[in-house]
Amino acid sequence: MILVWLISILFVGGVIAWLSERINPNFPRLIALITVLLDLALMLTLLGAEPSSGGWVASVEADWIPRFGISFYLAADGLSVLLLLLTGFLGVIAVGSAWDEIKERSGFFYFNLLWTLAGVLGVFAALDLFLFFFFWEVMLIPMYFIIAIWGHENKNYAAMKFFIFTQVTGMLMLVSILALAYFHYVQNGVISFNYHDLLTVQTSGSLEMWIMLGFFIAFTTKLPSVPFHAWLPDAHSQAPTAGSVILAGVLLKTGAYGLIRFAVPLFPEASMSFAPIAMTLAAISILYCAKVAFAQTDIKRLIAYTSVSHMGFVTLGVYAWNEQALQGAVMTMLAHGLSAAALFMLAGGLQHRIHTRSMPDMGGFWAKVPRMAVVALFFSVAALGMPGLGNFIGEFLALLGAFQANITLTVVSAFGLILASVYSLWVIQKIFHGEYKNSEFDDSHLTDLTRREMVYFGAMMIGLVWMGMYPQSFLAMSQPVLLELLNGTEELFAAVVQN
Amino acid sequence: MQEFIWLLPTYPLLGFLALVLTSGRLPKNIVAIIGAGSVGLSFLTAAIIAAQFLASGEDYFVKEVWTWMAVGDFTPGFNFYLDGLSLVMMLVITGVGFLIHMYATGYMADDPSYSRFFSYMNLFVAAMLMLVLGDNLVLLYLGWEGVGLCSYLLIGFWYTNPDNGYAARKAFVVTRVGDTAMALGLFLLFAELGTLNIQDMLHAAELEWEVGNGLAVAAALLLLGGAVGKSAQLPLQTWLPDAMAGPTPISALIHAATMVTAGVYLIARTHILFELAPSVQMLVAWIGLITLLLAGFIALTQSDIKRILAFSTMSQIGYMFLALGVGAWSAGIFHLMTHAFFKALLFLASGSVILSLHHEQDIFKMGALRKKLPVSFFSFLIGSLALTAFPFTSGYFSKDEILIAAHGLEGPGMIFFFGGVLGAFLTGIYTFRLFFIVFFGESKAAHPPEKEYGGWNMNGPLILLMILSLVGGFFAIPLDAVFGQHEEHHVSTLMHGFMIAVPLIGIGISAAFFYFKIWSVEKLMASSLAQTLHKFWHSGWGFDWLYDRVFVFPFLWLARINKADLVDGFYALIVEISRAANSMIVKTQTGYIRWYALSIAAGVVVLITVGVML
Repeated sequence: MILVWLISILFVGGVIAWLSERINPNFPRLIALITVLLDLALMLTLLGAEPSSGGWVASVEADWIPRFGISFYLAADGLSVLLLLLTGFLGVIAVGSAWDEIKERSGFFYFNLLWTLAGVLGVFAALDLFLFFFFWEVMLIPMYFIIAIWGHENKNYAAMKFFIFTQVTGMLMLVSILALAYFHYVQNGVISFNYHDLLTVQTSGSLEMWIMLGFFIAFTTKLPSVPFHAWLPDAHSQAPTAGSVILAGVLLKTGAYGLIRFAVPLFPEASMSFAPIAMTLAAISILYCAKVAFAQTDIKRLIAYTSVSHMGFVTLGVYAWNEQALQGAVMTMLAHGLSAAALFMLAGGLQHRIHTRSMPDMGGFWAKVPRMAVVALFFSVAALGMPGLGNFIGEFLALLGAFQANITLTVVSAFGLILASVYSLWVIQKIFHGEYKNSEFDDSHLTDLTRREMVYFGAMMIGLVWMGMYPQSFLAMSQPVLLELLNGTEELFAAVVQN
Repeated sequence: MQEFIWLLPTYPLLGFLALVLTSGRLPKNIVAIIGAGSVGLSFLTAAIIAAQFLASGEDYFVKEVWTWMAVGDFTPGFNFYLDGLSLVMMLVITGVGFLIHMYATGYMADDPSYSRFFSYMNLFVAAMLMLVLGDNLVLLYLGWEGVGLCSYLLIGFWYTNPDNGYAARKAFVVTRVGDTAMALGLFLLFAELGTLNIQDMLHAAELEWEVGNGLAVAAALLLLGGAVGKSAQLPLQTWLPDAMAGPTPISALIHAATMVTAGVYLIARTHILFELAPSVQMLVAWIGLITLLLAGFIALTQSDIKRILAFSTMSQIGYMFLALGVGAWSAGIFHLMTHAFFKALLFLASGSVILSLHHEQDIFKMGALRKKLPVSFFSFLIGSLALTAFPFTSGYFSKDEILIAAHGLEGPGMIFFFGGVLGAFLTGIYTFRLFFIVFFGESKAAHPPEKEYGGWNMNGPLILLMILSLVGGFFAIPLDAVFGQHEEHHVSTLMHGFMIAVPLIGIGISAAFFYFKIWSVEKLMASSLAQTLHKFWHSGWGFDWLYDRVFVFPFLWLARINKADLVDGFYALIVEISRAANSMIVKTQTGYIRWYALSIAAGVVVLITVGVML
């Protein structure tokens, strides 16, 4: 029942926030903050819950459209809980980052923000594929509004691009879901969208491959991976800071989650034969987007491309499909969620202060904003995979596992570690090092991080150090889930490696 | 006390945190106490632990603190491993490290970012201790990357000058190339042997692989990649001279005494693996030999006091690699220790010279400093003698061991031996070239020093390092349990005399040029061949030039031509095509009935034609 609460609190909170703007324009942000904090507190109770036999710490199932075998089925296991917590945590951070930035139509803004979060929570908890698709759409539309209304100079183009990419690939997934339900009907005489039922559906050959691809393309568009990443740089550079935080921090992770939960387990054989291609795409994402990132002058575009590059390690880990690789993918999701969100907040903070995202105009900010410089250095260093911080654990485990599945692609992907250091340190050089430059903008508002901002960044820093120094807290939660998913399918993948 | 070994990195880590969290609000003397004191505490703890460890007679000691992560069979922990090798390393790091911290409290006294400096320094010491004390390769890798980060931060410490930033990034990226190879080595070792605990891994390697096994060769090669990056050996040596952009205490601590020798430590630590891959071990020796010679020639042509010392460091680490390559493991570590003493001494003394001359680094703008800067003078004298292996200084004993071991090797042993002796000859020339030019002759300084810069906090460490450089060769280091009883090599008395004499001849040649001025450099440089060679060596044998063209420029070019992202262009093309198609179709909607009628008629004709033809 708690899962229903988690989602409905956000839905209701969103509506109240919208309405409250009429009373006082400062109410929506306050209500949003209370809502996300309440949600986060509720999530923490999931940590103490006793798991049931299947490892589910919470679940709720009710008929929705029984005629078509569609049920309102939500459940969370360790993997879901980790991602729910990430969403809750970044939800708070996102509200915080919007606090001073969003002045116009704030009621509708927080409504959209909370509804996006609700959609994300639903995605991470839905075990009925129709319901899953429903939530997949729920997160899309409010996000579209966030970019289109509160975005920057080219917002309509970016919002439309985001919408089309996600919508078109979402339709492919819907077709695949319907096909799967149809095959369940053919094989068992009843229609079902239940995850556990669909796991038993036998498909084979090119048909299985086509259905799998529907999922794969939808998920790797969200992730994103080359060649479906083109929407991300525009969406990120145009979105308001809170939008970027949600987008990079949690929305991308729904794609990764989908791969782990649905794309591979539902179609183990197709995924197995597809794995080399997926891993190749991953390696291309890592290197190609790292290279494109380096060339960017718009700081948000740069971070967006690095996101694609880092998400390549997730794809690589998922399709290596062994315990180390999968844990690496999960840790990368969590750690990148924090580090990318923080980097976008820094970029957003800078844009808010000096009204530009163009790095060639910046330089030598260290002396002027030392706290911001240190924070930026921390997250850049985290992003380039410094041991002791969370991102390292993720990428190291992903590569360690991938090495056992495909040596060549792992070696190629490892070059991403070098390129990551090239672009990360370049950003620090351009913005914070060198002589102080302020000829291109008015620096009267270039002030150091406020106490409130330091609280958010501090929390994210603690998170990354925790993940880096004692990742066991997180690994232990996802481990039983991953082992269950691997059970029976790992051998399939291992057989491919042997050949 | 031994179980408190985890305190060693903890003290400087706490120092780092204290300095970072107060972010420059503490007064300088408090910063100095925290910065240098934390390392001093580490040294005291290390000394007590070392004494107890040696008294216990045990071969090794393990302290498990916590499991870092447990993923299947992969279970690296925050566990500390102490044996003779890590004992030497921890004493060098904390001992020399403490002296350098002390010195830095004076050297950096006028710097506005005093606190930031010591926070990085403390973080460095903590990371370096993790590197040498970790019982598994993942923890070692944590320290390895950590020291690389601190190196980056400290080379670029004076960030307003973009050149420093460039040098810092170059150092980080070039070493990261090696680090990535090393990471792949870890993946390979784990995939094949199922553990990254160093001792278990080596044990498994001995059981699984016979000598010359292809996997052992691959693993050793990959680890060697990491080692050459960190230790500035061929082909990843180009970053070290630029790293001199950092404050001089950094050059002493990171780029002479500790971090750059991490590669030597790594190879010594995994020496069993290298013994299983003799071809790679031989490669280590060749890399060492070639690097020590190339760096020696470069050092002859440099004029920046710190760059000369940097190339000298590269060259001396070449000797350590040579030692490892010929299987003289203990000799390599011995030279690592003595080098830490005398090179730290030389760097710190050069720091005093530089500050006394108001930040002058060009040796040709110095001269006649013997009387003005007595502490620096004696530091340089002793350091230079040790560096040139003058009999009974510390450097003499360690270099002697290396050359004798090379001499005793079958096959290319004689090449290594004579190459090493040639290197010692070059060392004699370039070291005393610097010494005579800086301290003798006429003063060419723009601002001649009134007095020597530095109080007791700077001179004290110099004096202690002078003593260590003199007597360090008599220290017995307990490495037999780590590497096994090493073979005693012997050379004939004549050969030994030759080894001792050659560096002295080098010193003599230097004296003839730069002290007695019997010979003149101008005459030597008159020929065009000499000038070409000078130019070539001065540029570091053109490696930067080559790497720029092979790696840097193509990458920049690729980045530039595809800034807009090809893939995005593809989607934009689709949009353009559909727009164009749309506008074409829109044009057909003219609103004239006769046009529509004509179109329909034409369509019918086409369809009928197609139907008939089929």
